[in-house]
Amino acid sequence: MSSTVKEIEILNADNTELMRISREGTLSLNLNEMQTIQSHFDGLGRNPTDVEIETIAQTWSEHCVHKTFKSMILYSEEGKEPEKIDGLFPTFIQRATEDIAKPWCVSVFSDNAGIIEFDDTYNLVFKVETHNHPSAIEPYGGAGTGIGGVIRDSLGTGLGAKPILNTDVFCFGMPDTPYAQLPKGTLHPKRVFNGVVAGVRDYGNRMGIPTANGAILFDPRYTANPLVFCGNVGLIPRDRCEKSVEPGDLVVSIGGQTGRDGIHGATFSSAELDDTSENLGSVVQIGNPIMEKKIVDALLQARDRNLYRSITDCGAGGFSSAVGEMGEHVGAEVHLERVSLKYEGLAPWEIWLSEAQERMVIAVPPENLDELIEVCQAELVEATVLGTFTDTHRLQVFYEGVVVADLEMEFLHNGLPQPVKEAVWHPPQHPEMASRDKAVQDYTDDLCQLLASPNIASKESVIRQYDHAVQGGIVINPLVGVENDGPSDACVVTPVIGSRKGVIVANGINPKYSDVDPYSSAAAAIDEALRNIIAVGGTLEKTALLDNFCWGNPDKSDRLGELVRAARACYDIATAYGTPFISGKDSLYNEYRDTTTGEQRAIPATLLISAICVMSDIQRAVTMDVKAPGNYIYVVGNTYAELGGSHYFGIHGFIGNNAPIVRPDKGKLTMEKLSTAISNGLVRSCHDCSEGGIGVAAAEMAFSGGYGMSLNLDNIPTGDKSTADDILLFSESNSRFLVEIEPQHQQAYESHMADVPIGNLGTVTDTPNFIVNGTAGRRIVETSIDTLKSAWQSPLQS
Amino acid sequence: MLKPKTLILRTAGTNCDAETDAAFQLAGAETALIHIQNLISGKVNLNDYQILAIPGGFSYGDDISAGILLAVEMKHKLTDALNRFVADGKLIIGICNGFQVLVRTGLLPGINRSGSDTPEMMQQTTLAMNTSAKFECRWVDLETEKSTCVFTKGIKEQVYLPVAHAEGRFTAPPDVLEELESNKQVVFRYAKSEYPHNPNGSDVNIAGICDPTGRIFGLMPHPERFLMKWNHPRWTRLSETERTRSEEGDGLAIFKNAVNYVKSHGK
Repeated sequence: MSSTVKEIEILNADNTELMRISREGTLSLNLNEMQTIQSHFDGLGRNPTDVEIETIAQTWSEHCVHKTFKSMILYSEEGKEPEKIDGLFPTFIQRATEDIAKPWCVSVFSDNAGIIEFDDTYNLVFKVETHNHPSAIEPYGGAGTGIGGVIRDSLGTGLGAKPILNTDVFCFGMPDTPYAQLPKGTLHPKRVFNGVVAGVRDYGNRMGIPTANGAILFDPRYTANPLVFCGNVGLIPRDRCEKSVEPGDLVVSIGGQTGRDGIHGATFSSAELDDTSENLGSVVQIGNPIMEKKIVDALLQARDRNLYRSITDCGAGGFSSAVGEMGEHVGAEVHLERVSLKYEGLAPWEIWLSEAQERMVIAVPPENLDELIEVCQAELVEATVLGTFTDTHRLQVFYEGVVVADLEMEFLHNGLPQPVKEAVWHPPQHPEMASRDKAVQDYTDDLCQLLASPNIASKESVIRQYDHAVQGGIVINPLVGVENDGPSDACVVTPVIGSRKGVIVANGINPKYSDVDPYSSAAAAIDEALRNIIAVGGTLEKTALLDNFCWGNPDKSDRLGELVRAARACYDIATAYGTPFISGKDSLYNEYRDTTTGEQRAIPATLLISAICVMSDIQRAVTMDVKAPGNYIYVVGNTYAELGGSHYFGIHGFIGNNAPIVRPDKGKLTMEKLSTAISNGLVRSCHDCSEGGIGVAAAEMAFSGGYGMSLNLDNIPTGDKSTADDILLFSESNSRFLVEIEPQHQQAYESHMADVPIGNLGTVTDTPNFIVNGTAGRRIVETSIDTLKSAWQSPLQS
Repeated sequence: MLKPKTLILRTAGTNCDAETDAAFQLAGAETALIHIQNLISGKVNLNDYQILAIPGGFSYGDDISAGILLAVEMKHKLTDALNRFVADGKLIIGICNGFQVLVRTGLLPGINRSGSDTPEMMQQTTLAMNTSAKFECRWVDLETEKSTCVFTKGIKEQVYLPVAHAEGRFTAPPDVLEELESNKQVVFRYAKSEYPHNPNGSDVNIAGICDPTGRIFGLMPHPERFLMKWNHPRWTRLSETERTRSEEGDGLAIFKNAVNYVKSHGK
């Protein structure tokens, strides 16, 4: 055996020794897994090499194989029979998609991104990923390579999609956190914020991909564990969506050189952070967007000339994962000394595991190699033949002629024992807050406070740093209205210039409701993402979803209980709305441990739902800014006293217990009716009611359009006969919208919406005054749109 | 007449090539996306084309400063081909990063000081970091100046286009600014001088300039991003009739002018 490769002594190791090996090697393998490896090699009568055990650790990592979502879960909930759930993913996510069975789903859950139909020539691919752990340690590099990685997912789907749109959602600690309260070893949220935004900006802008949708949320529990969700939509010819690998095809790496950067990223992201994590600099990769742009330019030409049969990106686990996955059903032989290195001195396992960025692996029939290299050279991109796909069903790795790994594909991909985990759910009880109607005469201050709360406040200073118009297809900008600064519900782009067929992308995320019930939070996230799609002119019929779960440590039964609640909601609500999941991802272990105090903090249970809709005619799109005085403002959908986890309770220091629930039958009817009203041209503007309820939605519509409003809460349809003004104004009940209707369309609109609860709240006025009268006739808000707008714009201006 | 042939120049980091290509095609040109390697190697001959377009992006990552590496490459490796292209009276447009490239080659503003027939290729002006010190994407109102520029002949007096850049502050020594005015080389100005209307702090609100002949044109705003009326950020505020009238955006006229010029001059 070569001196550069080490044998790992596990055959005679006891349990303590096995765990020491796992821990000291950052393998993130638990005892059961280590024992499985031990007995496999026992059967072979030899120890594994470092290359082999590292390969197994990467392939079996939470990051790569999502073992929590495939675990057998023993779930218990107060007052209910204990339940056995054979995998959250097959039970709640995959099954939803199967039950919905949309014919336009081309590929779901199998490739690097989901694929849906677009038009006669193209399909769309969509993927959202997280890059949380790296962004906590090195925000700029972590976030940049997060977007770089998800772009490569699109490029690695089918035979490669052209990236056409980015979406980014960030969760940070409070920007005003005092330095003294900063957990040991963590960066200040403001620094994380600025670094993450700059990282995404510099990568996305240089790649020439519009970033036109996103969100930024704040909560103190994200301070040590910020969340960075990066998404990419790609456009792919319909006949380039399938891949295969034949024995004899060459293993070719394309793009950047390999260095010691990003080693152990996959296993690192499957562990909790603590105050020493900042020393793990080598797990964060270094990004080079121009290199990635060159790869896109070269590969899309090679794709169109049919020069390769399969493609995947080198992400977590580097070559070990990429080659291991591509060769799963055939076998592969790789010679590591052929890898183009940034510098000398890497051990074979480091070359094999490096997560150096901007690399793709393709399977090239030997007769196409010369032409492929010619295409790459013309774009100044390196292409290196690393080995061959074989028919041995083994993953064989050589270094200077010596075998450094020889693993059965079967063991590598199917040897991982199904974990069994326990989960429990105890509904929390929080102090309840009552309506303040008796004590308060006027809610203007409350409204201004809500608009200024960081989750609701304008994100314009960030949005403007992203190029949202590159590629020339933008139709609905992230900022809309008379001064181009109102908050759009979703973005719309036309990926084919001149065509009126569009793509809508939106998101929904409500971690605050998780404090009451993660089921409500997940249901509301789906409802919100769909509302945003409907609000700009989309339809449920042509909408697909992505799920991204960011959770605490799932080995703790209470955290896992929350995950079960959220996953169950995903099945229930998605099937009720008929909107399938096409791809998803999870990032678990988002916890921080203070090694001196032993204190353990988890992030709030956070589910991001991203929605994508194919729009047949973008000329039917609407925006949220009011258009003209004299038009009516209607609320669509019932309001309930649902303020648990709401922003209104939040600004008064309460959580409460009645988080908004989704009533999907009613919600579906509401959305379908409103969607046809919009496509029939009956609706002049539309905004979804979410954080801050009707009050915030109305204020945003008014100041974005530059007109005042005069509203009356009397006509708000309620599902529970609520009459308190603050509840009506600030409740965050789901499946509600505010719409602006021109008088000439009022009758047609009302009769079209006959089956849906709607209420005429008042009119758009030709003054700057924003006035709301309560149910008892008293004036509860009286201010100007300038005051409201400045409250909304000031907090995050720079 | 045959469609004018347009070469859309690409290199590592070019990223507005597809929409620039679409713009010229909609305007009636025949187009080819050509990597600069192929011009340098001689595989493709620049002088087989009538229009050269240098699109936006981050050529070579804008390392050192925006556009400079591509400018140096063009100046030193395509000297003869470029000289002939210009001398033949053909058209060049540089948008955003392409404008930065043209300024750094000296093709813009191209004020002739030596009296020589070939372009001097001396940098006379620059595009510096925005006064806001950051990349910004926003729409701006532009005033069309009465200039010699063939790309803007007869277009509207007020044009609305998006900008998206970090290094777009046009600045030049006073004598150069004076010459630009007297030669009618200022093509577009930002309509107001205060930020964010003048989004980068450019001298005398300059958004685009041409060379003294009017045949080489560079601008920071992106006309290729406003080919369709629904690219306008406020198109949903238009009335029902306006929304369904024409489908063309303000930017297309610039490309049509280029195509028509070549057709009528038979270059």
